[in-house]
Amino acid sequence: MDLVETKPHGNQAATLPTPFLKWFGEKGWQPRAHQLELLARAQAGENMLLIAPTGAGKTLAGFLPSLTDLVARGKIPPGSAFTGIHTLYISPLKALTVDIERNLMKPVTEMGLSVTVENRTGDTPQSKRQRQKLKPPDILLTTPEQVALLLANKEAGRFFKDLKYVVLDELHSLVTSKRGHLLSLGLARLRKHAPKMQTIGLSATVADPMDLQRWLVPQGEAPAPPAGLVHVTGGAAPDITILGTDTRIPWSGHVSTYAIPEVYEEIKRHKTTLIFVNTRFQAELLFQSLWTINEDNLPIALHHGSLDAGQRRKVEAAMADNKLRAVVATSTLDMGIDWGDIDLVVHVGAPKGASRLAQRIGRANHRMDEPSKAILVPANRFEVMECQAALDANYLGAQDTPPVGEGALDVLAQHVLGMACAEPFDPLELYDEITSASPYAGLSWEMFERIVDFVATGGYALRSYERYAKIRRQEDGRWRVSNPQIAQQYRMNLGTIVEAAELNVRLVKRNAKGTLGRGGMSLGKVEEYFLEQLVQGDTFLFAGKVLRFEGIRENECLVSNAFSLDPKIPAYAGGKFPLTTYLADQVRAMLAEPERRANLPDQVRDWLNIQLERSMLPKQDELLIETFPRGKRFFLIAYCFEGRLAHQTLGMLLTRRLERLGARPLGFVATDYSLAIWGLNDIGAMIADGALNLSDLFDEDMLGDDLEAWLDESYMLKRTFRNCAVISGLIERRHPGKEKTGRQVTVSTDLVYDVLRSHEPDHILLEATRRDAATGLLDIGRLGDMLKRIRGHITHRPLDRVSPLAVPIMLEIGKEPVPGEAQDAVLQEAADELIAEAGL
Amino acid sequence: MIQKDEPTVMHRLGLNPRTIIAGQATGAEEILVHGTAAVCDPLGALYLPETQTIIVSDLHLEKGAAFARRGMLLPPYDTLATLNILKTVITRYEPKLVISLGDNFHDRRGSEFLPEDLRKMIADMARGRDWIWINGNHDPDGTTNLPGISTDELAHGGLVFRHEPSLILAHQKSMGEIAGHLHPAATVRRREKSVRRPCFASDGHRLLMPAFGVLTGGLDLRHKAIQGLFRQETLVAHLLGRDRIYSVRYGSLMG
Repeated sequence: MDLVETKPHGNQAATLPTPFLKWFGEKGWQPRAHQLELLARAQAGENMLLIAPTGAGKTLAGFLPSLTDLVARGKIPPGSAFTGIHTLYISPLKALTVDIERNLMKPVTEMGLSVTVENRTGDTPQSKRQRQKLKPPDILLTTPEQVALLLANKEAGRFFKDLKYVVLDELHSLVTSKRGHLLSLGLARLRKHAPKMQTIGLSATVADPMDLQRWLVPQGEAPAPPAGLVHVTGGAAPDITILGTDTRIPWSGHVSTYAIPEVYEEIKRHKTTLIFVNTRFQAELLFQSLWTINEDNLPIALHHGSLDAGQRRKVEAAMADNKLRAVVATSTLDMGIDWGDIDLVVHVGAPKGASRLAQRIGRANHRMDEPSKAILVPANRFEVMECQAALDANYLGAQDTPPVGEGALDVLAQHVLGMACAEPFDPLELYDEITSASPYAGLSWEMFERIVDFVATGGYALRSYERYAKIRRQEDGRWRVSNPQIAQQYRMNLGTIVEAAELNVRLVKRNAKGTLGRGGMSLGKVEEYFLEQLVQGDTFLFAGKVLRFEGIRENECLVSNAFSLDPKIPAYAGGKFPLTTYLADQVRAMLAEPERRANLPDQVRDWLNIQLERSMLPKQDELLIETFPRGKRFFLIAYCFEGRLAHQTLGMLLTRRLERLGARPLGFVATDYSLAIWGLNDIGAMIADGALNLSDLFDEDMLGDDLEAWLDESYMLKRTFRNCAVISGLIERRHPGKEKTGRQVTVSTDLVYDVLRSHEPDHILLEATRRDAATGLLDIGRLGDMLKRIRGHITHRPLDRVSPLAVPIMLEIGKEPVPGEAQDAVLQEAADELIAEAGL
Repeated sequence: MIQKDEPTVMHRLGLNPRTIIAGQATGAEEILVHGTAAVCDPLGALYLPETQTIIVSDLHLEKGAAFARRGMLLPPYDTLATLNILKTVITRYEPKLVISLGDNFHDRRGSEFLPEDLRKMIADMARGRDWIWINGNHDPDGTTNLPGISTDELAHGGLVFRHEPSLILAHQKSMGEIAGHLHPAATVRRREKSVRRPCFASDGHRLLMPAFGVLTGGLDLRHKAIQGLFRQETLVAHLLGRDRIYSVRYGSLMG
């Protein structure tokens, strides 16, 4: 059942042109109310946002205004003047543009409309791109990067002058990333070329639709009215359960191997099961575990971002043809594409966010009127609570998508260079244009000038690069690119996705003589830093196989089949989502209110009840701190529930403070739920006798000097800096004439970072890095919110032994290395061996 | 894995050039190269006490500017940072002779376009001592307007100094060899943790210098370009630690 939320204004009675009515009639369909409303309001000149669940006919709704307009326009007679594109469709996935082309061509052909539809992605051949510029299609389906490329072209004005509609798909996922920032700047430029153009955003349910409604229209001094909203809710309520198990639910860990037999039974019971996990590591392990008990030889496949594109396409095709019984997948399958008849979604590990769960469950039963069926498989006891919280949330329709953030500065630098490549720009005009994009509405003129200076000569206080400037100011005050090579460089390095350095993994055979053969199947890509830790003969799990590392040849990692049972497992960097603020709140509420624990399994309830007896459960806004001795160490556990990233940052900062206060801390470990710190001195006794004051220890001022001091030494910022350096154009991924692979960055960004930090700590790129880290890797914003919240609400429980609630994190100790620490200790150990060997 | 793009350590930059440390640095390691005593300094320089010679290699001065000429505006501070460290080393040992072992500048135009203040800094350091620039593959034409002399190769005190190591195994030759060019770095692994640092690499006959420039990466000792140069049984990596040298036998690097 559809429910149209907002009241349309103006004329709602949009009537479809005859071919459309006939087509709907032949199919026995009715245009849905939201499709007609969107059409009517778009025709009346409104920018629009459509929020609807999957299966609601969102795509067709998005294209109806454009298709009806094109039908009214009719075919362009041969010999007419150049006509630019009419509609631009932008999606985050290349695959989606191909899928949409197929889905759109069907009604267009069946109705016999004379509308041309083409896609343009990184895979489109050069000749076709060239032809598209000379003779553009009516509707162009493309990605944010291609839009930026087209806009940086001298012909951009001509190409976009007739643009009427921009349809933005999966808008909720686009806007929160740097790609979204780049796209928002692109939209601002498109509006300059085609002032009357209208936007139509298509989105899944989000926490704050107004964010997107503003994103779709120009901001700045006189912002346009926000885009109109059509919100389709409803569809059948999904049928979600938490996997019931007789096996003991583990205390810690993330892999849910205890539940494999039950998951396998569910696969057998259903037609096609989609199994979502949070990390590639979980995907690999789960896939392997399923196959070890796959006695019926069910076709079960694996799909994640590191696998070879060819392999992934094969899995996708097999799924579309309903040839698979189950696919283990990471977020690579989260979005949009229709993958055949899935009747069950299994989510292994906690979903970490209520909205993410809703999206993934939406993959089952792509028809909106039938309930989707999903089973959650928590990996440990805290995750049971998290799953229950997410489940409550899904029934309540709560949303926890992140807000649209402030636009990133590295993206802005890339865009400024692109605009200079298109045509010389007037700085005042460009500033007005940029601040009309909602993520950049708050950009100051001073910051804009610094960015222009950065693009021109690197923005250094030491002004020694004037003669090498990339853009120069002309006499009329406009900025132009210095030479055509700069524009070529820009085109080759455009984009905001920076991959970690990766090597292709190729499976080779050993011949009788023991030498390695050539050729063999390509299995996918694995991060270089992981391979660096391997020596020949080490085994690891990848692409669902246990592989033996043989060595590196040129740019490839050679592996052979291994039959080891105890592989080392790829420690992939990507894919670990922290717990969202919303779910964290819910878990805290569950601890605080006994009635909310009613739905939890007995095992988990019992565990919490013992905790109540031995220690306590914190109230919703309270921070519980437990201290206890164990072995020769003293432990402090803080139950913050703010996600792993924020806890890691907190751990770094607290250990610094404890060091100063003489608690002699030795290390810490962070999970999504709590933080454990241990040391040589009795922290509990220090708190009791007043040597340590908890409210001072947790004071917000740690985000001042302590944070700065830590960042000085931290290795964590270097990864963020690398991204900023590449996106902003300081470091090239590819250089004209030298385009071998994307990974060959010609200079180490870590070294550049060190030099810059020690000589110009206020440089704009370091500022951009800190800003990124504050929201990303370090989650400083969230940590700050927590420190505010718990002020005056800290409760200390000194215990004589470990509490039930502390068990999960205590089991994590020793599993996770603390990054960047104790490096010289490792060297010391190795050097000592040499000394011992020498008999000294 | 086989690229010169690995990070060195931060402490070389954090160093304050005005802090003068007299005499030999604590944490330096004394070794023998073909019978000649040599001190590996944790800042990446080699000191020969008998001839009072300091050797540094692969300074890659003006690397930032070389990139800027090609459109990548890297920070223009690398030359100053590298020279600051060199100044500390020279103050520490007060050598009679400084040998810079090639790739002194990152490209052929580097020394010609060197800013005046930096040129003066080198002149001040060279005052009262001899200075030899060995030519490298990046800067084969010698230096412009700088003190000291340029040459392709030098024999001095029983050792041969050249930029690129010769391909003949060093222990089969009558003289020891000190070379640069390859930017050796070693990875030490213990208990699932691995640490990678630039290093001196020596089998007692030949010694490969770590790259001294702050924007220079490293090449792993396991790479075949380095493998062929040494007898593995006697190869030791002397890794640059925070304030000392850590010596680890090649076979023990991976634990």
